[in-house]
Formats: sequence, C-alpha cells, structure tokens
Amino acid sequence: MRVGDLDIDELARQVQRPCGIDVCIGPFLVNLQLGLTALLPVLWRMWGDYPLAVPGQVRDFHVRLDHHGWLRRWWRPQARFTVDGRSPFQPLAAAHHFPMLEWGLNWCVARRAHHLLMLHAAVLERGGRALVLPGAPGAGKSTLCTALAHRGWRLLSDEFGLVAPQHGRLLPLPRPIPLKNDSIEVIRAFAPEAEIGPAFTGTRKGTVAHVRPPRAAVMRMDEPATPAWVVFPRWQAEAPTRLEPLNRSDAFLMVAGNAFNYELCGEGGFITVARLVERCRCYRLGYSDLDAALGVLGALAETEP
Amino acid sequence: MSQRMNRSRHAGALLLRALRAPETLPTLSSADWDLLLRAARHTRLLGRLDADLAARGLIEQLPERVAHHLHAARCQVQYQQRRLTWEVDRILRALDGVPVEVVALKGVAYVLAETAAARGRLFSDVDLLIAEDGLAEVEQRLRARGWQGAGLSRYDERYYREWMHELPPLRHLERDTEIDLHHRLLPRTNRLHFDPAPLFAASCKVAGHESLRVLGAPDMVLHAVLHLFMEGDRHEGLRLRDLVDVWDLLGQFRGRVGFWPALLDRAEQFGLQRPLFHALHHVHQLFVLELPVVVEARLRQWRPAPPLAWLMTRLVRLSLLPDADGRAPLRVRGARTLIFARAHWLRMPSWLLLRHLGYKGSLQLRTLFGG
Repeated sequence: MRVGDLDIDELARQVQRPCGIDVCIGPFLVNLQLGLTALLPVLWRMWGDYPLAVPGQVRDFHVRLDHHGWLRRWWRPQARFTVDGRSPFQPLAAAHHFPMLEWGLNWCVARRAHHLLMLHAAVLERGGRALVLPGAPGAGKSTLCTALAHRGWRLLSDEFGLVAPQHGRLLPLPRPIPLKNDSIEVIRAFAPEAEIGPAFTGTRKGTVAHVRPPRAAVMRMDEPATPAWVVFPRWQAEAPTRLEPLNRSDAFLMVAGNAFNYELCGEGGFITVARLVERCRCYRLGYSDLDAALGVLGALAETEP
Repeated sequence: MSQRMNRSRHAGALLLRALRAPETLPTLSSADWDLLLRAARHTRLLGRLDADLAARGLIEQLPERVAHHLHAARCQVQYQQRRLTWEVDRILRALDGVPVEVVALKGVAYVLAETAAARGRLFSDVDLLIAEDGLAEVEQRLRARGWQGAGLSRYDERYYREWMHELPPLRHLERDTEIDLHHRLLPRTNRLHFDPAPLFAASCKVAGHESLRVLGAPDMVLHAVLHLFMEGDRHEGLRLRDLVDVWDLLGQFRGRVGFWPALLDRAEQFGLQRPLFHALHHVHQLFVLELPVVVEARLRQWRPAPPLAWLMTRLVRLSLLPDADGRAPLRVRGARTLIFARAHWLRMPSWLLLRHLGYKGSLQLRTLFGG
C-alpha cells in the first residue's frame, strides 16, 4: 500500500489521527501527523509512491505540522514543524507548509542519522554505478540532478549522499527535489514530463517548486548503489562544458569538507571518505548548457569500465 | 488519569528500567522502543543507554533501527567528548604560567577523571572552577588568546558579574564550545550560598593532567545535587540525567572508606542538608540504591516537616517524568513550574527576583509586540 493508493480524503482522515501515518522514505521510517490540511493535495502528489509501513514498528522521526497558536489561525497564519514533540525552528508562514515539512525532514536526517556518513550531494545511478554530485548551494546541483533523473539515471537523492560505513555503498533517499527560482522554468523546458508541484513564493530561498521523484526511483529505494564517480559540478553563465580530472587527495578534502557530519564521525568518517574516493574517479565539471553536461556525464557511464 | 499522563508515566517507567536493568531491554516490544528512544533522546540519555547495552554486548539483539539510533548517539558522544577534552587542552595551554588552580566540573571532570558517570554522557559546555581572586587574570589571558564573550546585553552582563556564580560564557573564535568559568557553585545571591574556599583545599589531581584538578568525591556529589535542584528549566523540569549523575557518583564512591560520613559532614558544613536529603531519597527510590543504616538515621533528621516532605517528593517525581512527545501532561507542567519557582526563590532575594522577573517580562512583551 502506498500513500497515493489512499484516496485523498482517506489520507486526510488517517494523517489527522493522533497516531498519524507511518511512511517509508528511503532508509527512514517517518511518522507523520498533520494538524494543517492545506498541504494535503501537494503531499498526496509528491509522496504518492512512498510505501505505508505496517503499524507497530520503531519509527525514526515523529513529525508533525500544525497551526502555530490559535489566534494565528486567522491572523497571519503560521505553521509549526515539530519532531518528537520539539520544534527545532521558528514557525513559518502557513502558506509555506510543504517546503517547511521537507526542510524539517532534512533537519531530522542531518541531525540524527550519524550512523551514516552524510554527504551534501545529489546521487544518481546508471548501470549499477553511482554518480555523486557534491555541491555547495548555488552550484546547480538540484537542476543537474533533476535533469539526469529524467534522462536515464536513477535518482538516489538530491540532497543527501548517505554512505553506509559497513559496505561503503550509497543508500537511496529519493525525495521531492526543490527547484529554486529560474531552475523551475529551466526544468519545465528541459523535461516537460517532469511532474512539478505548485510554486511557493517568498520563501527564504525565493520561489520553490518541487519535482516529484520518479516512480521507478521510489520503487527501487531499497537498492543501494556502488559509488563510481565523484563530480563537483559548477554552473556558470556562458561557461563551456569542461570535465577535468581531479586528483584523489584534492577530492578527498572536498568530499570531507562537504559532508554534514564528517567531523562528528571521527575516524570512521575518515575511513569512509577515503574508501569512497579510492573506488571513484573524480572530476570537476564546469557547465552552462544542461544538454552538453548530460552528454559528458552520459559518456562517462558509457565509456569508463 | 489522562492518556497523556499515562504515556508520560509509561515513558518514565521504561527509562528507569533501561537505566536500572539494561540487560532486560532485548525483550522490549517495538512500540516500547519507539517510546523509549524518544524519552531517552529528550532526556539526553540515549548515549548512556548505548554505552550500557554495548558493554553487555546486547546491541545486536536489538531491532535494527534502534541499533542505528544508538550508533548515531555513540558517534555524537565521542565527538563531543573529543571536542571538549581538546578545548580543555587548549585552555590549559593558554593558562600556562598563570598561578591559579583550575578545577574541572561536571561532564569534563567525569570524563577526565574517568568516572562511571562519563559513559555515554553528552555535555556541551566546559565548566571550570577558579578561585575568585585569580579570575580576572584568567579571563584576561583567555580573551588575549582568542576567547570572546557572546555579546550579551548590558543587563545580562551585569546579571552574571554581580549576582551569578560564573562569568558570562566565553567561546573561542575558531571553535564553538562554550566555556563557563565558575568561582563558586551557587550564585552569590542564593540563599544556600556558601564559601567555596574549602572546595579547592579538598580538590585532587587528575591522573595524566598535571595542571588540572577535580573536586573531592563528596564535593563532586554535592555539586551534582545542586545542579539537579538549582539549574532546572521551567519547561524541562528537573533533569533526570542530573539525578543519574548523582546515582553514578554515589555508586562509584560508596565503597570508599569514610565516604558516607564525609559526604554528610560536608553537606552540614556547607548547609546543603536539604538538597542532599531530597537527592538521596530519590536516588534510593528510583534507582534502588541502598543507603547504609547510619546514613539513613542521620538523613531522617534533615527531613522537612511531613506535609512539606510529601509535597516535595511528589513534585520532584512528577517533574522528573520524561516527555515522550510534545506537551507534558498538565500536572507535570504544574510541578515543573513550582520546582522552577522554588529554585528561583532560593536563587535570589525577593527584591532581586521581582526586578529580574520584571525585566524578563518586559523583554517578552517587547518581542511579542515588536515581532
């Protein structure tokens, strides 16, 4: 049974019960409870393929989104995100409900999942091999990731490269991809088949619209992938497409510096990053044209053994 | 009884069981684990559960998700302990040549002195005790070496400097660990305030750290007791982990010859009979720690009048209950408010308390209308 198999009224009923619903999102089991129903249509679409879990299991995060303060229901309404009964951040305008839920989940993962090394990276897979795209905000990671996810690559994650220290493989966490500002139109033009949700204007990151994770990616979210390439993308207007090899020691520092919890993982973090870099070919990718960038990355997958 | 109260009690019972008898945890149901994980996380005792379970080799018998959360907590504990011992190392280096005794308190002391209370313990600040006459030089030296204040308001700065038992927190420019320099264990204005000089005289060296000391065993216990009753938070109530510290320290020191009489004498010397009475009572009740008969007899004399003792016991028990999710039951919130009010009442004389509350209240009003 998946979220989208419930009709929306049934979803509304279940998610408003005190016990909420248990949803599998990648390796995590999330208990979701809503006191705010405005986001149901977008939630139903964006989370439609996530499996509902059998009740009675240990959940990783108990997440709630509701109105903040009774007065606020009418006057400048605000939404409050809580995890396990605590609100880690200030309430936001109620109209930004879905982005808030997604950011809240990011917060939960980043702050809690320290049994994994968490890279700040998009991850995609093709032919059993994973491409890791670590990226600072603004490097064009989400746009590139969305484009790849609609051109034959399987989406593992847009935000978190979750590396399991036991085997060094990457765990999928396919989530709605938040496109910001101009990227929304870029993707509409590039991949008309991408399912894009409503645009939320005036958020702290500008206008945000989410791309529904491709169904196949969610169906296969229990299949980890072996890392094969680490590519640091950098979008720059008018820049020619250039893929430059990166030596492993530089790549090591860049990957470690980009992880959410490298320092926290201590020696384990060092070993995990070292193994990841050792088994990967590492590059820097400068680009302005999406098609050309995709061609270069596709060629990697075709040609490299 | 409300459903919320039932849940809170159940979470409390699970947590106590986990602390007292970790070996029974592999039989816990998933639903109970779901609740226990949250309760342990909120009370900052998840790392402690992990340490106890790992020491018994039981992690592999737990549900996979539980093991992941415990593993994550372990990484966090190790990281904090690494960071804080490094901070202490840097502080001692900066203070090289300054003729003062530096006494580590609480978490840092537990870790450096390798006490049982250190296992799986999360702590976020470095707490140090320094004699008041050496404080200015220490602060100056640290500021010269890159530590800075947090830019407090003038009121807060004055609050610390004039009335508190510690300086405004310092933080190194390049790191984010907070250090608290104490010159006494209680605020100057506290009704239970006592002269800190004997603490230094009874402090001891830590193996492997030439220039660092920790409190003597009885003082370490008394400080943990004070922390439990005086540092509460209105929302969090009394912290179970503070009581766990007291339990751990007692468990470790109780076998030492002369420990119990020394503890009771010290409490008398400092005028801390009442807090010690309550702490021992609850450690005995909740963790089934046996007190020697002689100790019980002396403690009985410190017992408040029966209605007061009954009320205090009840309030403490209620406010120690963990929140599993969201708002605590009404009764628990009430108990926490009363305990917090009591701590504040002890903390400052009434004129100062009124002034302080007036100031904090006006701040809240300002945020409410300005924001």
